Amino acid sequence: MSMQRKAPPTWDKVGKHALFPEAKHDEIARFNFLANLNMHLSSDVIPGVKEAYDGRARPQFFAQHGRDPETRHEVRALMSEDPYYQWWSALRRSTMEMRQQAGRSLVLRQMDKLNKVAASFNEGQDTLQLNDDLPLPNYVTIVDTHCMPGSYHTAEVDGDVSAGANYDSGIFVTTVGQLGSMTDGGGRAISDWLKRDHGDFKPQRILDIGCTIGHNIVPLAQAFPDAEVIAVDVSAPVLRYGHARAKALGVNNITFIQANGESLSDLANESFDLITTSMFLHELSTQSMPKILSEIARLLKPGGLSVHLEQPQYAGRPVFEQFMRDWDTWNNNEPFWGTMHDVDLEAMIGNTGLPESHQFTVAVAAKVDESIFPKTEHDSDSEDFGRAAAWNVFGAWKPTQSTKQESAA
Amino acid sequence: MSVDHITDAGKKAKGDRPYFLASEQTEQLMNITMALAQELAVTRERMDTLERLLESASIFSREDIESYVPDSEAAEQRQLWHQEYIARILRIMQQSREAIKEKQDGQPSTEDVMKDISS
Repeated sequence: MSMQRKAPPTWDKVGKHALFPEAKHDEIARFNFLANLNMHLSSDVIPGVKEAYDGRARPQFFAQHGRDPETRHEVRALMSEDPYYQWWSALRRSTMEMRQQAGRSLVLRQMDKLNKVAASFNEGQDTLQLNDDLPLPNYVTIVDTHCMPGSYHTAEVDGDVSAGANYDSGIFVTTVGQLGSMTDGGGRAISDWLKRDHGDFKPQRILDIGCTIGHNIVPLAQAFPDAEVIAVDVSAPVLRYGHARAKALGVNNITFIQANGESLSDLANESFDLITTSMFLHELSTQSMPKILSEIARLLKPGGLSVHLEQPQYAGRPVFEQFMRDWDTWNNNEPFWGTMHDVDLEAMIGNTGLPESHQFTVAVAAKVDESIFPKTEHDSDSEDFGRAAAWNVFGAWKPTQSTKQESAA
Repeated sequence: MSVDHITDAGKKAKGDRPYFLASEQTEQLMNITMALAQELAVTRERMDTLERLLESASIFSREDIESYVPDSEAAEQRQLWHQEYIARILRIMQQSREAIKEKQDGQPSTEDVMKDISS
């Protein structure tokens, strides 16, 4: 009997707003192809890499060395010679480049219009604070992050938002809709977890560092509509887009500021209840990460919470899994990814004054967005259309006087 | 300031590009092939749209497509189209085959040709 295949949502189902690029028939078709290609690579092609490792590469290594590979670097050296791994890697990289070209061609042809719309939402608004003089850190400019030509920070023309629009249009494709129609699965996962596990926590002031287009801070701002929310990033194009996007979505409690998380001197000590980062720590550097974590500790009120949404650390994971998780470090312009996932994050956060006794890790997953993945009569309640987007939350509470005393006892 | 959107869309991301296959050129060819696969998919989806619109306008039904039988003139034209299409795609095979006989017939190498006509 033939299995019923799952069709991912077509790209016309992506959540739109006034800033969202308008796609023609064939541009949508191109994204549909790419989403299905991404799905195919992850469901049908990637499993073969483990099979090649277990079936021929690892036995070959064992025959040569009398032991299995002990580090992900040994696995990488071994697998880079394996033809199946070579093909999967080549296809993955090629697919990312196709997605970028498709997103850019969509956005650049209507760039003038998008920039005008953004300006109409942004003009005269003190909730968007840009700074032309802010230097871009080396870890932001040295390569274009995750193979996005021009990264987040390149403006094609004055007042440009195209980097933000390209990013907004493509996540639906690379994640096959698993972050939801509004690409906010990460932020929703944080707010859902907070409401479920810390229902009494009502942050009055929230800070998001490395906000990009604000797709993760918007659901938090919506979950706490009375809170004052600050979102910072070093890159102007995505801030312009993010601010206009939030306004277009009717979310008016966020101020977007162009600033470097390493030094947020305009923000007062102990002035935030909740500080978040989403898929941000791996974009930094060995020099900057402790500085940013220190700033977070400084900015948190006693009893406040810092939350980092990230992929899990490598420690304790099987070397083959580490190797696969490390692919982006070597091949997707994420040069700090591997280093970041090796770091003793508890110790690093502990050094900023948020002790390990006040830290925790919890797994969160994006809830299936039923507006684009409608439940059918065949689905059980636990069906998640394959692996749902999932992350670790690395959390740390800032001690109050009483909790300081408790942890010292 | 104006931007050439077509060229700009295809820009590379800053940073060394890794190549995985034994031959970089083979991998470049694969990239061309995948881009072609993408455009074929786009064309196919557009055709699907055409069929559905024509069907809703009662011009014809999709069942008509399935049960379509070309008359002999149409059949011949379509078959010849396939032959020309295949010949274009496999041009390199035709030329590689011709090269076998050419070599057997004693065609000198390019270097030898140059030496010969320059002496």
